[in-house]
Amino acid sequence: MSYRLLSVDKEEPGLKERNYLGLSDCSSVDSSTIPNVEKSNLNFKATELRLGLPESQSPERETDFGLLSPRTLDEKLLFPLLPCKDNASATTGHKNVVSGNKRGFADTWDEFSGVKGSVRPGGINMMMSPKVKDVPKSIQDERSHAKGGGLNNAPAAKAQVVGWPPIRSYRKNTMASSTSKNTDEVDGKPGLGALFVKVSMDGAPYLRKVDLRTYTSYQQLSSALEKMFSCFTLGQYGLHGAQGKERMSEIKLKDLLHGSEFVLTYEDKDGDWMLVGDVPWEIFTETCQKLKIMKGSDSIGLAPGAVEKSKNKERV
Amino acid sequence: MGLRLPSKVLEHILSFIDSNEDRNSVSLVCKSWFETERKTRKRVFVGNCYAVSPAAVAKRFPEVRSLTLKGKPHFADYNLVPDGWGGYAWPWIEAMAAKCPSLEEIRLKRMVVTDECLEKIAASFKDFKVLVLTSCEGFSTDGIAAIAATCRNLRVLELRECIVEDLGGDWLSYFPETSTSLVSLDFSCLDSEVKISDLERLVSRSPNLKSLKLNPAVTLDGLVSLLRRAPQLTELGTGSFAAQLKPEAFSKLSEAFSNCKQLQSLSGLWDVLPEYLPALYSVCPGLTSLNLSYATVRMPDLVELLRRCSKLQKLWVMDLIEDKGLEAVASYCKELRELRVFPSAPDLDEANIPLTEQGLVFVSKGCRKLESVLYFCVQFTNAALLTIARKRPNLKCFRLCVIEPFAPDYKTNEPLDKGFKAIAEGCKDLRRLSVSGLLSDKAFKYIGKHAKKVRMLSIAFAGDSDLMLHHLLSGCESLKKLEIRDCPFGDTALLEHAAKLETMRSLWMSSCFVSFGACKLLSQKMPRLNVEVIDEHPPETRPESSPVERIYIYRTVAGPRMDTPEFVWTIHKNPEIGVSHLAIK
Repeated sequence: MSYRLLSVDKEEPGLKERNYLGLSDCSSVDSSTIPNVEKSNLNFKATELRLGLPESQSPERETDFGLLSPRTLDEKLLFPLLPCKDNASATTGHKNVVSGNKRGFADTWDEFSGVKGSVRPGGINMMMSPKVKDVPKSIQDERSHAKGGGLNNAPAAKAQVVGWPPIRSYRKNTMASSTSKNTDEVDGKPGLGALFVKVSMDGAPYLRKVDLRTYTSYQQLSSALEKMFSCFTLGQYGLHGAQGKERMSEIKLKDLLHGSEFVLTYEDKDGDWMLVGDVPWEIFTETCQKLKIMKGSDSIGLAPGAVEKSKNKERV
Repeated sequence: MGLRLPSKVLEHILSFIDSNEDRNSVSLVCKSWFETERKTRKRVFVGNCYAVSPAAVAKRFPEVRSLTLKGKPHFADYNLVPDGWGGYAWPWIEAMAAKCPSLEEIRLKRMVVTDECLEKIAASFKDFKVLVLTSCEGFSTDGIAAIAATCRNLRVLELRECIVEDLGGDWLSYFPETSTSLVSLDFSCLDSEVKISDLERLVSRSPNLKSLKLNPAVTLDGLVSLLRRAPQLTELGTGSFAAQLKPEAFSKLSEAFSNCKQLQSLSGLWDVLPEYLPALYSVCPGLTSLNLSYATVRMPDLVELLRRCSKLQKLWVMDLIEDKGLEAVASYCKELRELRVFPSAPDLDEANIPLTEQGLVFVSKGCRKLESVLYFCVQFTNAALLTIARKRPNLKCFRLCVIEPFAPDYKTNEPLDKGFKAIAEGCKDLRRLSVSGLLSDKAFKYIGKHAKKVRMLSIAFAGDSDLMLHHLLSGCESLKKLEIRDCPFGDTALLEHAAKLETMRSLWMSSCFVSFGACKLLSQKMPRLNVEVIDEHPPETRPESSPVERIYIYRTVAGPRMDTPEFVWTIHKNPEIGVSHLAIK
């Protein structure tokens, strides 16, 4: 509909110049029309896109763009990300404009990562740390696991707008990880955000942290850890990153795991070390305090399901 | 007969001219001035890395020593720009390496930097001194190791809020074994532990070290040991303070701090327990900058600390400071120039902190030198804004984030139009403004009319119609960067003021009602603008009238960029579609 409107505009030469070519030689003409609000209103009327005068009510825009009127719009913006059936039916085909799209976008961020991976001009090798992907996923998780009945309530909706309030993700992540350290109830609260646990590996000089909420299965956790720790399978990693990484990829952690050189264990709420994989995923995320990639030899002779921390001599 | 200034004389004169704005003017006088200027320019700033081609810059300024670049639009900070959008540093590094081997300083913001980039920097610039990466991503600690190992004259290495693939703390051991020329080291954004012994040795052999910002993995013991070795520090970012308080630990910490007689800036303080704060008291009187925005400390411990900071100029803090704390700041910190108050609980549901507009009013009344404000608050009033504007006409940067979208003045239920009118009218030197809360088109009429010096304007969930955009684009004379999200305007004002866009660095619009057709039209009419439609669904598969998710428009002399990902549409990608749908006579 508005496509026709645009083409109608173009066929009126005077309008065309005034409205769209606010450039160079026309500037003297344009400047006379622009500062005066009344004149601009005339222009707008002439193009059949009606705008209200400054103090009047919001202009009607349904006919122009086939969209919601601003009143409905306000509601829309209050529920920007929710697949509200009521709102969906109230709109035209553009229901996804404000609501679905933002959410959908976060859903497909993995796709984009894939896209980015395949389009590499000039041999640029972009290494994105898992953290970047973590953020949209945790927002997505928050939304999809949202407090059930709260979907249609304004307060729940406001808490879920992408990028709002405008706080840098660095700050959000930092606050999230310190919140999870400081509060005891964090495990029980759904959709609270990140759940960081430390991951250590025998023989590795440092720890990593993973956000358990970004994974939904042991498989995902396991592949993520593989990627994170595969560099350790070599004794040292050199200065020449590119070269070193090629060599690293030849020997994967999982090869070593399959060869039973390393096992993945976790420390639960009671301080016991258990083999990962025995309990359902949800229970695991609630009880896991720390992860450790142990050498298989350290866990020899210990029953599956209850692996004692080999270095902890106080427990017998 | 013309009077011609010998180029040597002109060069000498130009050596006193630092400001790039002035130098740009100089370069426009005549060809010979252009030539002399370009050969002597030492510092180049490119606010949008796609506005000009790297090769052109490298060619024009062969003697450049310092390069500053910015990549992604500002709203990328808030996850509004998808990964893979662009902002790659590589082409710049490559071009500089080829033409400007004397480059010594590189500062990048919001760009994608890879290990290859860092290795190239290390290999290409013999006298490389300064690397500052802010909000960058794409590299690992291997790249940092390359810089550390190869750049023998490195003075500054700062990683500010970057996303780094952390492969471990080894990178620290790559600094030269002999004494280093390090003046500033900031690795606060790295996750993993570094060997404290490596850090101690590095600090011991860096006699010029003035600024050190540790990551949270550095413990209190580590901090004490480092402070003992570097009492000359003027800037310190601590590691994590979350260790159990032992009496000896506390007194050691106190002592270590009291020996740092030149400390002016303090940050970090992650997880600081209130019991540790007294260890900092000895440095408070000398502090000019204090970043407590990661410190979950509450009142009244905060006040005990702040009332000792009489010289404080810059304070970043969380809303845990409450109105009471800000009242104290207003009475003790008379030198305050910059205040930032961040929310401790970004989710509205959890917000129950007694921080209101009153806190900012206190500071505006008490701190005469206050010129920069970033304030997150659940709701606000016009009266408060009027008071702030009246008391602080010297404000240069005013960013108010009313966390609740569309929140009106909670006392009168009116929009915040009057309040922001007062700010725009009263603060004549205002350079940067962020508005929020319930705002009608009127607010923007006032802003357009009065905010003559505002260069950067950020807007969210505001306005009623196209008039809003019309007011801004026809009014704000100095406007360079405009970023808008979730506002209900469409095509008209945008198309009418297309020419204005060439006078600006960039315009960002997301979740507004600008149609794909308008974007195409704008692209066609304005060849010196790059119009990017960033949309999950390819816009060309939808009707022209349908609104697009995000639009990023910026002026450029570099032409279309060739590194756009699939989700970015530009007219250059599918020129045949552009022509056939819009048959313009």
